[in-house]
Amino acid sequence: MYAPEFDYHRAGSVAEAAELLSKHPDSKLLAGGHSLIPILKVRLASPSALIDIGRIDSLRGISSDGGTIRIGSLTTHAELASSEVLNVAATALSEAAGMIGDPAVRNRGTIGGNVAHADPASDLPAVLACLGAEFVISGPEGERTVGASDFFEGLMTTAVGEQDILTRIEVPASGPGEGSAYAKFAHPASRYAVIGAAARIASSGGTCTGASVALGGLVPAPVRAGAVEQALVGGPLTEESIAAASSAVADGLDDDEVLGDVYASAGYRKAVAHIWVRRAITAAAGRSG
Amino acid sequence: MSASTFGSGIRRREDPRLITGSAAYTDDIVLPGTLHAAMLRSPYAHARINGIDTSAASEASGVVAVYTHADTVDEIAPAPCAWLLPNSGLTIAEYHCVAKDTVRYVGDIVAVVVAESCSQAYDALDLIDVDYEPLDAVIAPKAAAAEDAPQLHDEIKGNQAFHWTVTGGGDIDEAFGAADVVVKETIVQQRLIPNAMEPRAALARYVQATGELTLWNTTQNPHIVRFLCSLVNGVPEDKLRVIAPEVGGGFGSKIAVYPADFITVFCSKKLGVPVKWVETRSENYQATTHGRDHVQEIEMAATSDGRITGLRATVHAGMGAYLSTAAPGIPTILHGLMLSGVYDIPAIHEDVYGIYTNTTPVEAYRGAGRPEATFMVERLVDLLASRLGLDPAEVRRRNFIPKFDDGHDVVTGLTYDSGDYDGALTKLLGKAGYEGLRAEQAAAREKGRHIGLGLSTYVEICGLGPSQVAGAIGFQGGLWESAILRFHPSGKVNVMIGASPHGQGEETTFAQIVAGELGVSPEDVKVIHGDTESTPMGWGTYGSRTTAVGGAALALAARKIRDKAKIIAAHLLEAAVEDMEYEDGNFFVKGSPDTGKTIQDIALMANVAWNMPEGVEAGLEATSFYDPPNFVFPYGAHLAVVEVDSETGNVELKRYIAVDDCGPQINPVIVEGQVHGGIVQGIGQAMWEEGVYDEDGQLLTGTMLDYALPRADRLPDIEVHSTVTPSPHHPLGVKGIGEAGTIASTAAVYNAVIDALQPLGVASVNMPLTPERVWRSIQESQGRN
Repeated sequence: MYAPEFDYHRAGSVAEAAELLSKHPDSKLLAGGHSLIPILKVRLASPSALIDIGRIDSLRGISSDGGTIRIGSLTTHAELASSEVLNVAATALSEAAGMIGDPAVRNRGTIGGNVAHADPASDLPAVLACLGAEFVISGPEGERTVGASDFFEGLMTTAVGEQDILTRIEVPASGPGEGSAYAKFAHPASRYAVIGAAARIASSGGTCTGASVALGGLVPAPVRAGAVEQALVGGPLTEESIAAASSAVADGLDDDEVLGDVYASAGYRKAVAHIWVRRAITAAAGRSG
Repeated sequence: MSASTFGSGIRRREDPRLITGSAAYTDDIVLPGTLHAAMLRSPYAHARINGIDTSAASEASGVVAVYTHADTVDEIAPAPCAWLLPNSGLTIAEYHCVAKDTVRYVGDIVAVVVAESCSQAYDALDLIDVDYEPLDAVIAPKAAAAEDAPQLHDEIKGNQAFHWTVTGGGDIDEAFGAADVVVKETIVQQRLIPNAMEPRAALARYVQATGELTLWNTTQNPHIVRFLCSLVNGVPEDKLRVIAPEVGGGFGSKIAVYPADFITVFCSKKLGVPVKWVETRSENYQATTHGRDHVQEIEMAATSDGRITGLRATVHAGMGAYLSTAAPGIPTILHGLMLSGVYDIPAIHEDVYGIYTNTTPVEAYRGAGRPEATFMVERLVDLLASRLGLDPAEVRRRNFIPKFDDGHDVVTGLTYDSGDYDGALTKLLGKAGYEGLRAEQAAAREKGRHIGLGLSTYVEICGLGPSQVAGAIGFQGGLWESAILRFHPSGKVNVMIGASPHGQGEETTFAQIVAGELGVSPEDVKVIHGDTESTPMGWGTYGSRTTAVGGAALALAARKIRDKAKIIAAHLLEAAVEDMEYEDGNFFVKGSPDTGKTIQDIALMANVAWNMPEGVEAGLEATSFYDPPNFVFPYGAHLAVVEVDSETGNVELKRYIAVDDCGPQINPVIVEGQVHGGIVQGIGQAMWEEGVYDEDGQLLTGTMLDYALPRADRLPDIEVHSTVTPSPHHPLGVKGIGEAGTIASTAAVYNAVIDALQPLGVASVNMPLTPERVWRSIQESQGRN
């Protein structure tokens, strides 16, 4: 299809983008364009203007002070996937980024655009929820920081308001004895997650000392699997115990909330979710040693 | 013969322009002053149109014209169906190019907007106000055939387009009555969506001063487009030129001539300027023809030692809301006549009901009828093996038609040309290490892993076909092909062909045919196709017929050139024609090859004509129209190896081994490419692809986000082997290879998955074999036990 007519503005800085946003109330920010452009083409959205923030270099790049990894919102999936820093200290994030779409999508799509769009089948929201990421948002009232549980509000809705710009995402770096992983059941056509499971495990001498597990794909917004985490902490990280803990995942899923489609029904997704949870935990545990 | 001639795997000359983006497709052709058309398509699968208000759209920015049924009905005849299946009670529903008072599928055209830009045309579509009164829709072919089903067409009872029957051999009821064993199955051949890389497009330029119209069109058969367009749009055929520029894939979906094509021609005629229409991908999913959509109730009778004694089937074939150009022949002639497969089956009976449903019309899709036939036969043979506790390879061997090299009659009325089915299977089992694989499977089962092996031994019918047969089976055209071969003074060659390749590689292989026949370098031969003004009449590229029929026409034209060249050479060498010999481009007096005349020498002399033999015309050019005496019947044996994860239902394809026999291979690399592509498309049906409608007739898999096409990372390396059995009646011995892979592979993969699931008690799963479907079948089976 063809997009309806819109104006196009290119912002040179975050301040200029903010100013353009305030001038054009019915506008949308354009970053990598991989979620927005298809929506325009099928005419599900018809903003009067697009404000292109894609060339604001200050929003790009990954840096770490050892404790916190700061990721500019324009950082592409390809950059996440190949980042040495992330590979070591936030493995699940680079692993998940490498599973998004195909090389063309990964070269254009950005982390900020991805999470601000908040497609339930997207990979990064679950990973960021699992890793305890914080989201730095610049708005008319100044800058604020929001945790993952407050950032993802529901189906394709986030804490980013119409006048806001997501500038940066901060992820705690994993330390010794910690590891993270992402396991994905990919839709054969879209490559979006039918089920996405992210796990971060801390261990000491084969015993789980800390666990964070989050699910995406089959829920409107990423959820932490609290029951699985509780079952893991304090126990051994054996095949049996991980499988047993993973099976608790279904109890934490609200039947009315579980998503289904022509390819995979809600019932099926709920029944097999534990397998991907188990795979993510097993891989993360392996990396924690 | 030089290294780069017939039989050599030289590189495809098409590829440099295709992979560097310098090829020009219909949408790349830009004419000054072109207006753009957009089609308003029905959002309802079935509705009455109570009124259309186009006033707002007409006044929108850039809009030049808006047309509805009333504006077009006198100048565009209904879209024709051109395969008038005899003895089947065929009823053809009137297919108005712009819907009259009823829409019958989501995508049926209701109005057309012509505007200065594409965007303006699409913007104006939103301004057309149509008053629809929704009606009940019916989607599944068997449901549509039921007594109380919603009726699509007033004049057609029970939504039945036709009831076609094939009966052959002995009495079918007796065969089943006397059988030791009978195996049965119901198979859903799900609807597939072809997905050519280039969507469809048309650009029409009408010149009022001359009354001439040129149509650039995404088609597999420009001469058929010209013929039908002249009938539908009333442009005389001599003033109508159809050009198929670069065409980005078809797989059958660009055989039909569509309402939007006729409408684009109408708009240009009406407005006197060029008009372009390019479908969007969403439109492509909705309104370009789909494939398959059968429900097959099948059974096989056999003796206790595994000899097949009968095959009986009832098929409900969904045709969509209207009959597309060639649609009635696909689930009948190209399907039912192939039910003997590679086996001697003494009695066969099939009823095929073609049923109208509120869905996109169905047409040929790679394989077109033969994959659906092969699947039935190969599935039944596996069921028989399973019932008797025999290896599937052994049951096949017990029923194969023995090796033959000049004709074998099967009870459906066809005469296969040549084949050695056991030879292909034997080679396959050897290459695959079948015994070892069975041992691995047994060992894996011990450990709770589910590995499966699936065979598919197939024969297919292609090289369509003798024109006399075309007439007898109701095909409203001929099925011969043509070639003009023209030598220029410098010895370079132009070949003009009536067929219309669109990715298959015939620009390369046809140059190799000329090289093989006349000893020129293939680089010196340019193959021209796809323009009705510069090529001789031909019926097009589909049904794996371009090389099998058009290649024969070219070979015969080359042989005419050789005969003429020999006469000229004899004259120049002052020898008698009977004393002349020919070898690799050299014409010489017996015993004196060093003082001969080359084909290039003769081309020069024929063109300047300074010294020609008495009574021989100037020029070195020949035309041939080849009408084959019979179809050709490629065959082969394929094996798929899968592993099923019983916990998730996921199917992993681990190996795929193919042995195909298409006769002598003009270019083995191109053959391998066709085999690869064909196999992958068939695997797509088994594993991923399905056009799904909801009960209201909304297409739920209408984008590439939902409709799963095969991707390289889900496929193993495909192991391709071949045997060579020439066709006895073809001048080059060649058969077709474009569809063979697709015809074989769906059944191979399906059989492999069922084989893997056998210890879990699963007997059938509907395609595509998604993880959920496989998982559910395991759950249900475990629940039963």
